Amino acid sequence: MTSSQQKRWRALIVDDEELARHIIRELLQPHTEIEVVAECANGFEAVKACAEHRPDLIFLDVQMPKLTGFDVLELIGEDASVIFVTAFDQYAMRAFEVHAVDYLLKPIGKKRFEEALERAKSRLGEKTPSAQKLADSARPPQQFLERVVVKDGTRVTLIPIAKLDYVEAQDDYVALASQGKKHLKQQTIASLEACLDPNCFVRIHRSYIVNLERVVRIEPYGKDSRLAILSDGARLPVSRTGYARLQSLLDEHK
Amino acid sequence: MHPLLTRNRLGYYLLSWIPLAVILIFVMAAGGNLSWLESSIIVIPLCGVYAFICLSAWYTAKSASIQRESALRFIVVHSMAAFLISAFWTALGWALVTALSRTPSFQGLNQRFSRQAPILFAAGYLLYLLSVASQYVILSLEASREAEARVMETNILAREAELKALKVQINPHFLFNSLNSISALTSIDPSRARDMCVLLGDFLRMTLGLGEKDLVRFSEELELLQKYLAIEKIRFGERLIMRETIQAESKSCLLPPLLLQPLIENAVKHGIAGLPEGGEVRLSCHRQDGRLDIVVENSWDPDAPPRRSGGLGLKNVQQRLEARYGKDANLRVNTEGPFFRVMLSIPAEGEERS
Repeated sequence: MTSSQQKRWRALIVDDEELARHIIRELLQPHTEIEVVAECANGFEAVKACAEHRPDLIFLDVQMPKLTGFDVLELIGEDASVIFVTAFDQYAMRAFEVHAVDYLLKPIGKKRFEEALERAKSRLGEKTPSAQKLADSARPPQQFLERVVVKDGTRVTLIPIAKLDYVEAQDDYVALASQGKKHLKQQTIASLEACLDPNCFVRIHRSYIVNLERVVRIEPYGKDSRLAILSDGARLPVSRTGYARLQSLLDEHK
Repeated sequence: MHPLLTRNRLGYYLLSWIPLAVILIFVMAAGGNLSWLESSIIVIPLCGVYAFICLSAWYTAKSASIQRESALRFIVVHSMAAFLISAFWTALGWALVTALSRTPSFQGLNQRFSRQAPILFAAGYLLYLLSVASQYVILSLEASREAEARVMETNILAREAELKALKVQINPHFLFNSLNSISALTSIDPSRARDMCVLLGDFLRMTLGLGEKDLVRFSEELELLQKYLAIEKIRFGERLIMRETIQAESKSCLLPPLLLQPLIENAVKHGIAGLPEGGEVRLSCHRQDGRLDIVVENSWDPDAPPRRSGGLGLKNVQQRLEARYGKDANLRVNTEGPFFRVMLSIPAEGEERS
């Protein structure tokens, strides 16, 4: 089957159930051109394995503890082709439909598996749709983020939205301040703003989004500008339009 | 809102005063002091006014319920009210007669009326009490109609809850994942694959069978739960640990079918499945002092985002309990410590034997 010019693909299998991983391993057996470089039982392992092995192809379960398949996708970026594996998830289906990444439904049949594999191989090397976009569209409509996932090297941190103090834009990144620590994430401040509940988070400045609950007071600062003082003592600049937004939101809360 | 102050009812109410007024005209004229005409001229406007005054009986009737008040207080309240209102009515009658006697055609009417005044007072007293009595009849009719509606409503709620319970029973996730596990086992360990097929078949059969009954023995429900957990154990392997503390006497207790199944399913789906290292599901059941106490506990991840289904399973169990036992059952959720705990207490039904 293997010809001399055929490239060997590195594949990663991610599923929290041993039996589910076994099926994929078994279905991959006849494909000698594909080498399974690692199997992961959860999202954290998957993120780590991706950094270590740089796989070409990932079989990714959607429902997993702590980090879902979509969280993993968001963290590993766009280098690998991903085939989702799921039992039943309407939102996941929507994401697949929109972005045409292939997916497999459990129980996994051989014929469907081969098709998905062919498709993934033909797309290998091409860029898959932005992981961020895919993760965004997998979120149920009209629902805001419940947590943010951040990767620092191979370490993954989950920040529940209630523990997010403020967000600061830094070029192509955002710095997420939570409990005295700052976490960097590759995302624009505007796209993050769109995922946050506008009743709790306010864009007070071109470069800052603040959690309304953390604001203790607003002080005047120079001409035309102000400072927001947060409960942990942080001082953030407030622009004129930001101040207007803040005020209209506070009026609503009264 | 006063029950008689709607358009239709007020009309009937006023009509019912016509015979009363006719009787009163007759009684007042019977003494011979007043002519038929004079009696009519006095009684008709007075009855018109009194019909409205007597509507106030509804408020006293409502504030002094027959069941709650003592008999003495009950009698005193209503006779006092009757006395005062009738006195006021008689005074109105006097005012009318005095005015009439100023006109030439009714001269001396006030003297002739004075002998009939006690009759008017007595009639007023009795009419007021009569209207109090009829208000009580209306109140009790309303109460029984309300009670009937409430019974109907609870029945409908109970039915709905049952239907929902049956609908959520066969969870697609569970089914698809189990089939996937079987598919994997066919090559690794065919005999275990067969065992799992049998377990799944048994589980589905029992779910359908139990769902048709009104009440099942706890031992039957327990068997279903054990089958369910045996299937999930194959899927989750070491991650799922099960502990049971079942008191022998509790096994004969009767309870609505598939009441505990959603709780155990939640414990696995939202508890164990959310933990990379897995955890424990604990079930304990005790029968004591005429009550059956059931506790379902599971390890869980308190940081996990809230469930998308918003605790539908739990809500459904609560509704079914309410429909079946009313206030006699209670369901509490405790999330302190490392365990998510659902505590359920219902009256123990069924003979006490192990």
